[in-house]
Parts: sequence; C-alpha cells; structure tokens
Amino acid sequence: MAETAERETEAADVQPRPAAAAVQVRHVRRFDRADRYLHFLMMCSFLGLAATGLPLLFSEAPWAKAWAHALGGFEFGGTVHRILAVTLIGVFVTHVGRLLHRVIVKKDYSIFWGPSSMVPQPRDIADLFGHFKWFVGAGPRPIFDRFTYWEKFDYWAVFWGMAIIGGSGLMLWFPEQFARVLPGWLFNIALLVHGEEALLAVGFIFTIHFFNGHIRPEKFPMDMVIFTGSLPEAELRHERPAEHERLRRTGGLDRLNAGPPSHRALVVGRFVGTSAVIVGLTLVVLIMYAFLTR
Amino acid sequence: MSTRGVIGTGVAIWALALSLSVRAHPGPAIAAAAPHPVAKTRPAVPPASVAPKPAERAKTEPIPPSNADCLACHGDGSAVRADGRPVVVKPEAFEHSVHGPLSCVDCHQDLAKGIEFPHPEKLAKVDCSTCHPDSVAKYKEGVHARERAKGSIEAARCVDCHGMHDIKPKSDPESRTYHLNIAATCTKCHGDADVIRKGGIPSDVTKLFADSIHGLALSKSGLVVAPTCSDCHSAHDVRRRDDPNSHVSKMHVPATCGRCHEGISNQFNAGAHGMALAKGNTGAPTCQTCHTAHGIQRAETASWQLSVIGQCGTCHLDRIATFRDTFHGQVTNLGFRTVASCADCHGAHEMLPASDPRSPISKARLVATCGKCHPNASENFVKYDPHADKHRRAGNPVLYFTARFMTILLAGVFGFFGLHTTMWFMKELHVRRARRRRAGEPVAVHGARSGEGTDGRDR
Repeated sequence: MAETAERETEAADVQPRPAAAAVQVRHVRRFDRADRYLHFLMMCSFLGLAATGLPLLFSEAPWAKAWAHALGGFEFGGTVHRILAVTLIGVFVTHVGRLLHRVIVKKDYSIFWGPSSMVPQPRDIADLFGHFKWFVGAGPRPIFDRFTYWEKFDYWAVFWGMAIIGGSGLMLWFPEQFARVLPGWLFNIALLVHGEEALLAVGFIFTIHFFNGHIRPEKFPMDMVIFTGSLPEAELRHERPAEHERLRRTGGLDRLNAGPPSHRALVVGRFVGTSAVIVGLTLVVLIMYAFLTR
Repeated sequence: MSTRGVIGTGVAIWALALSLSVRAHPGPAIAAAAPHPVAKTRPAVPPASVAPKPAERAKTEPIPPSNADCLACHGDGSAVRADGRPVVVKPEAFEHSVHGPLSCVDCHQDLAKGIEFPHPEKLAKVDCSTCHPDSVAKYKEGVHARERAKGSIEAARCVDCHGMHDIKPKSDPESRTYHLNIAATCTKCHGDADVIRKGGIPSDVTKLFADSIHGLALSKSGLVVAPTCSDCHSAHDVRRRDDPNSHVSKMHVPATCGRCHEGISNQFNAGAHGMALAKGNTGAPTCQTCHTAHGIQRAETASWQLSVIGQCGTCHLDRIATFRDTFHGQVTNLGFRTVASCADCHGAHEMLPASDPRSPISKARLVATCGKCHPNASENFVKYDPHADKHRRAGNPVLYFTARFMTILLAGVFGFFGLHTTMWFMKELHVRRARRRRAGEPVAVHGARSGEGTDGRDR
C-alpha cells in the first residue's frame, strides 16, 4: 500500500524527457523510500564521522593538524563527530526496528532465509566460487539473486561495524559512567577497536564498496538504484537473473513497476553520489599518504 | 687595621697629593673637579711600589703629566698616529666616567715616569688588574681570555664590554654593563655573524634570548630582576658549557637556575631527574633539556606545553609511542591542549616513579590525579592504562590479542577483496573490449539502462 502511494507521488514528479516519453522502459523497484533515506543518512553521517575521526587516528600525518584545525578545532570536530554518531546510531536502531516490525507485526519471516534474506546461505558460497571462475574465464557468470554474496558482506560488515564502533564510541564518550560497571582496561580495548574498525569500515566502503557500486566498468560512473530506488528491467535481468525470473513468474515485475525515475531524482542522486565518492576517495588518499609517510 | 686598610690610607694620601699637584698646574683641573671617593671604592691599589710618598717623589722623580697635559693634545684630536688617525679622549666623557677622578697615568702607567713628549705611539697595555684583580683573575679563567691566549682577536677583552675612557658604573643606566644593557653588550659580538664564524661560537642565541620569557621581561617589561646573560654565565668567569666548572655546565644548571627559581630547583632535586643527576648520571635531564637554554618560553602557553611532550619523548621513547596511541596523545599531537599531556599526570619538576607514594601516579593518588580532568573517576576508571602497549603481550594480553585479531581481520578483508576487486575489474574490461570488437564500435555501458546491449550472459 505504502509502495503504491509512493509510486504515484513519484509518477507525478516525472518531467518526461522526449526519449523517456518515447520509449517507456519498465523500471523495477528495488529499495523503498525509507531504505533510501536511511542509506542517505548513513552515508552522510559516515562521511562526516570519517572526516572528523581520521585526524585523530592519523594524528602524526602531515595533513592531520591542518585538517583538524580546518574542521574548526578539536572540540568542534568532536561535537560534530558525536552529533553524527547519534544520527548513525539512530539509523541503525531504525533499521533494526523495521526488521523487528516485519517479523513481529507483519509476520514476514523472509528476512531469515531465502532470496530476500541477508543471511549467508550455501548458494552464496557457490556464487563466490562461480564468480572467481568467471573472472578467470573458467565458467559462466553466476546467476545472482536479489542479494549477492558481496552485498551481504557489505551489509554485515556495516552491521558489525556499527555495533562495534558505536558501542566502543559510547564507552569513550561516557567513560566515567561506563567505568561504574566495566574495568578501566576495557577502555584500552575500546580505543583500539574503535580506530581499527573505523579504518576497516572507511577503507572498505571507500574502495571496495565504491568499486562494486560505481567504479567498475559496468557501473561507471554510478549505480543510481540506491538514490532512485528502481533500476531498468534489463539491468535487473542482466545482473540478477534469478530474481528477475522469480519476479516474472510471480507477477512481481508489474507489482514493482516504478516507471523511469524523475529527472530531478537523477540529478539529485548523481550530485549526492558523486559528492560522496569524491569525499570518500579524498579520505582514502589521505589515509594512503599517512601510511606512506609514517 | 688590616693590610688592605693600610694600603688604602696610603692611596688616599697619594691621591690627595696628586689632586693638589693637578690644582697647582695651569689648565683645566679635570680630576679635581670630581669629589674624591677613589680611595674608598678601590682600596687595594696602585701597589705600594708605584705609590711613593709625595715628598719623596717630588725630590727624586720627574713630575708625571697631568690630565690637562694629556688632554691638551688628546682632548681635541690634534694627537695623531703615524698613519694620521687621531687618538682622542673626549674630556667630557672621561670626566663623567667612573674613572673620572683618576689621572691618565694611573692607567697608562708607563707615562708616569717622566717620559719625553710627544711620547711613543706604542704604549704599554693598560692593566686593569692593578685595581680590579679579582675580576681580571676570573676573566683569565674564562673562555674569552683562553681564546685570546690561543690567538683569537675576536674574543672580548675588558674594554669590549666595559668601554675605554667612558666607563660608567654598572648601576648607571647608561653603562654598557647596566643590567638592562648587558644583553645588547653581549649581542654586539654574539649576534654578529662575522664574529660568530671567526670566533668559533656555536650559534647565534641572541635572537632566541630576545624572544624568550627572560629576554622579553628585560626588554618589554623592563624588569631589573629578570636574568640577563651574566646572571647565568657570570660576568667575568664565562666558561663553555662543557667545562665542568662552568655555571652552565650540566651539573651546575639546576643551581644556576635555582638562584632565582629556588622553589623549582628544590622540587627538581627531590625528583627522579634531579636525583639521577646528583648521582652523576649525565644522561639525566636538567632545566635546559626541557626548557631550552636561551629560547625559554612561558610555561603556561599551550604551544610550549605541547612541544615539551616531544622533549619527554626524546628519552622516554616507549612512553611517547604508547601515549600517541591514546586519545590524549592524538589530540595533543593535533595541537590542542585540552587533554592531558605528560606533566598533567607526572608533575613537572618533582617527577617520581609510580612506586613512590608521593608520586601523582602512585596507586593511592591515581584517582585524584585522573580526577583533575575526569571528576567522576573511580577505582575502576583508573585501571585504564594511558600507556598501554598493544605490542607487548605481557602488559595487557587482551589488548595484545585484540590488536592481533584486528590486524589479521584488516589484512584478510583488504587482501581478499583487493584481489576480488582487481580480478573483477580486469574481467569487466576484458568483456567490454570483446563486445566492442564484436560490435565494431564503442558500446556505451549505460546502454543497459535503456534496456539494450548488455543483456545476455557474458563469457
């Protein structure tokens, strides 16, 4: 029901371009509006957290001092870091709340197993090996379903990362309160994992995730699906044949037909996505520089 | 009456006779114009041998030239050297100098013995030790005299610091050796690049001193209690810092600084650094190790407090490394002073090991020490190790294994996905090139977006 309403709103937004009007390409909805907003909030807060946290982690790098001062000093940077941290924790809690709602209220158990689940399944291992075989030309491209093994890795990396970084970050934010119940040496652990996990997350998102989503030749310069919510049917058929086939069989292609994204959605999506990639890659360069000059 | 007193009386009589003789002489009576403190201020000399009783001298010796005699030629510059350069003594300047009451021949003693005039161009060197034996003896021990003895012509002599005929007492604000003028007097040579080079002076410290807390206290605040060069280096017994008897030698620095900073030197001497130094450990730091010798900055400034962390780190290498792993170390490294640096926990001068119950980092005082910044610090809280070493298994095994795990995790993830991504990239490039060859024209990847081109299975 919500999806229908959303589709209608977006249809009204459409500023039909001549080409789009001439060839009505069927677009299939992949992410609903809430998912996209959560991703947007997560993306912004993550970039901000990385930008305000990295100078501390690489405090000896030649750029760190100037960067920290440019960000408005350590106190201001710290305040921004905490505001964004609360935002990201909010995103995390909202996401978990939505999952619980699906399970408890809607009695939708598909998140635990099957094609709509993020839980790793035997098929993912087969796909991983199949994908490597395809890389070296020793087999066909695996027939991927709704969520691929690398997407599941992304998801769980972020999930685990948010728990670890968020938890350790809260400990470091309120050390005196946590010390009422926890021994002080745990702060040493918290400090270590907060930085190392952050480095893992930042490094992974700004290289591997960017590559998978935007930089590899098939996707360059940008996969718009996370911003527009839908993708052309042909792209779905090419990338996720199993899901396309299932949707075709069950009438999902019509149910999820979104129509082409509006011009505005594309412009905004490209701008947001490009900005994020530029900021992220800049941070990666700074990290590399810090490692090389260490 | 002491010997000194006897001699002093002799001098007084002699000086009185001298002034009478000057008065008797035609011409300006320079020496007599001044009152007569000479005997009191310089009791020791001239030696009895050159101070014959007036009656005796009148009979046996020629009358020495009076100041008026000398100034007749030297007062207006009519006396010239062989090369034509005049030898001038400004009568006014000499008259107002501390030596004004003396006669010329008191210093130029070789002219006292009835010499033919005009006298030879080369006279005997004036010997200041005749009247100032203690100062000259100290000077002879110092670096200036030693360098002179080695043939240096740059090293300072008496006149280089004090002047020649216009010497004023050091209490006179116009004197070169007045407290507020000493730095400028030393800077004349020690701030001169030419002298520094030729004289083998290690470096120009005058600018550092001028900008230091001591230098600014003198020049900006006009504090006569602020130290100038001679307060640390002494006035005459100036020695190199590697000379064990130097006031600024490593072992003597705490005492030298302690002459003003007595409370601090007491703390320092009671601390680990001071005790190590007292035991003869020359590796131990002294005041200038942390504060520098000449460019001493206000200890309250954030910039100095941050820079001193690096100073501690020059000896405590492992401690600085682990400090930099922590939030305290990172924030201070970025140039912000709001978090703890070394001295906040360890104290500044009375450094004591944690095993000493007086130490701020001793077990008993840790809660209070951390509590300075973390008001609700508890026994649990202070179990945090501000110098935890993630590389040492023995110190904090959980931290050690966590660090190992994280390293393996990061290496594993980036290694695997680095490979995965590279292979994927190569494959897609290959597929695109193959498709382009088949089509005979460039194929837009975004063709997929409009529902054409990339459909189908790529092999």
